[in-house]
Amino acid sequence: MAEVTYLEAIREALFEEMERDVNVMCLGEDIGAYGGAFKVTEGLLDKFGETRVIDSPISEIAIVGAAAGAAHMGMRPVVEMQFIDFVANAYDMLTNYVATARYRALLPCPMVVRGPSGGYVRGGPFHSQNPEAAFVHTPGLKVVYPSTADDAKGLMKAAIRDDDCVLFFEHKYLYRRIKAEMPSGDHVVPIGKARIAREGRDLSIITYAATVWKALDAAEQLEKEDGLSVEVLDLRSLAPLDDEAIQATVRKTNRVLIVHEDTRTGGLAGEITARINESSFAWLDAPVLRVTAHDVPLPYAPSLEDYVLPQTADIVRAARTLAAY
Amino acid sequence: MARSTTKAAKPPHRPSALHPPPSALLSREQLLDLYGWMRLTRTLEERLVALYRQTKVVGGLFRSLGQEADAVGSAYALERRDILSPLIRNLGAMLVKGATPVEILKQYMAKGDSPTRGRELNIHFGDTERGFIGQISPLGDMVPVMAGVTLTFKIRHEDRVGLVYVGDGATSTGAFHEGINFAAVQRCPLVVIVENNGYAYSTPVAKQTAAKQFVDKAIGYGVPGEQADGNDVLAVYDVTKRAVDRARRGEGVTLIELMTYRRKGHAEHDNQSYVPAGEIERWARENDPITRYVARLTGEFDFSPADIEAVDERVRRDVDDATDVAERSSPPQALDALVGVYADPPAERPLWFREGSASVVDVHERPEGWGTYNTTGEKR
Repeated sequence: MAEVTYLEAIREALFEEMERDVNVMCLGEDIGAYGGAFKVTEGLLDKFGETRVIDSPISEIAIVGAAAGAAHMGMRPVVEMQFIDFVANAYDMLTNYVATARYRALLPCPMVVRGPSGGYVRGGPFHSQNPEAAFVHTPGLKVVYPSTADDAKGLMKAAIRDDDCVLFFEHKYLYRRIKAEMPSGDHVVPIGKARIAREGRDLSIITYAATVWKALDAAEQLEKEDGLSVEVLDLRSLAPLDDEAIQATVRKTNRVLIVHEDTRTGGLAGEITARINESSFAWLDAPVLRVTAHDVPLPYAPSLEDYVLPQTADIVRAARTLAAY
Repeated sequence: MARSTTKAAKPPHRPSALHPPPSALLSREQLLDLYGWMRLTRTLEERLVALYRQTKVVGGLFRSLGQEADAVGSAYALERRDILSPLIRNLGAMLVKGATPVEILKQYMAKGDSPTRGRELNIHFGDTERGFIGQISPLGDMVPVMAGVTLTFKIRHEDRVGLVYVGDGATSTGAFHEGINFAAVQRCPLVVIVENNGYAYSTPVAKQTAAKQFVDKAIGYGVPGEQADGNDVLAVYDVTKRAVDRARRGEGVTLIELMTYRRKGHAEHDNQSYVPAGEIERWARENDPITRYVARLTGEFDFSPADIEAVDERVRRDVDDATDVAERSSPPQALDALVGVYADPPAERPLWFREGSASVVDVHERPEGWGTYNTTGEKR
């Protein structure tokens, strides 16, 4: 079977789910006739028509709100944020309206908000963000952020079928850089389950999205140069977090490095560290360390962006510190 | 800027023998029905005030005194299968759509078997089966949501219409703008009612918009706009019915501005110090929607005072009975707080420091000595 890119995998999931369920619809800016800024939704309009693939005005509040209303009535809308940075415009609608709907009003709100996320692409402050932590913090929302093409497809299908709102972060650096063979049949990856991307004994790197690949590169280098056996845990789902998988890797290697591309303060690494502290303090041989972006808006110039974001060399250095502790 | 007492709206459709207003087709039973819903709204709110003063209403209380006609007349123009989203002063609209006094009372008293199981306040609840979707507090948000509800009607070729209420204040929000624009572009079968009651909390209309009137905003969205006297229940019914009929025919969105007046504060605690002296009394004296409608019922429609009194008596009895039922209900079990955030998992786990405890805190935990301070710093 031919390999498909991360981007094509997401598109495959959309096609298959729209074919499977007439209630699945897509809503977003430039997603129909143009096929989306990154062409994720290319071909959907021709196949499913303009009642199910809706080119919307530039109105993030309206499209998220309308998706919620449609979801109440039994539809399963998939909303595109042209860049995930713009989800901030719909923050109220997502956190106050959508996230609370089931709890406060017993109203189901099955919908997906998806969009290109992340940096390493010289996108500057408004085309590079990783705003996942704000939504992980909101009870009522689920958040996934795949790193591989097959997970991208399987998690998208799970997100569309989930009975609650799922925020689906797509890493734009990975869109056309990685490929995988798609598992045959109805490939659904359950939300809330992490994946061991590399087995190891000496220390664990817990990460997600693009930095999974940097962690794997670092692990390779550490094995060759230091003889270290590094485990890499790809979280895949950020809400809910896979506490079991986190505990298992901590108790296996006793040394933990958490890596994410999001900024440090208030990022996922802090939360994961606190959970490890609560559940597995006695198993630790060293303090939990983190490698994250610096706490600045993401700048444009390559020399600046590369400095701000975590790089493979940072992970290698941090892992050596941890191993020597 | 003080508002004039009865800022009459220009009727855009002058009734004539050839084109009678929709209300001309209402039966005598329906005419009395409209009165019944308005009376129920007012009597139920009066009961809530009594319960509030007895501290049985555990949160804030929001009145629609003087606005009963705009809520009832508009909702009455919908069919059973249609869906509306009310605002905090649309108790009457919810009652018309089938919300019951017992539900309202339980909701305000935070009972465990209230529509939201004690999770949400006041009239923030809904039931898509009966055709109303609960609002949330951030204003304007229900416009995009109702755009989506009615978009679904359109996609599925269902013969259904949506109605969403916003206040004068909510027209200043981004959600209102984006929602009505989106619905207009998609030609959703949606009626947007702007209830202009003069104030958003303490802020008068003149500080909300530089537009001469809210109905003017319709032009900017490319939709028909109509203004009507919100305190004339039949005028409200007529203007809404015309918009509903247009929506049902596939002609998209209508923006309606209803001119009314909020005679109580934002909520029961609000002393309305910002209202010019005499304004509230003048509206109460000259432009009460119930008084005005009773005059028409007993005048041009030839109902007897006994007909009216029979309705009042039935409403009093219903509210008494509902109060008895609601008061017997228990508060929610504390652990229900962790249920139903998601479909899956069905419940959150208690945090470690709560493990094994069924209730939360001693209700008398708050020390007496903490007291309460008023705005001048005096202890009460």
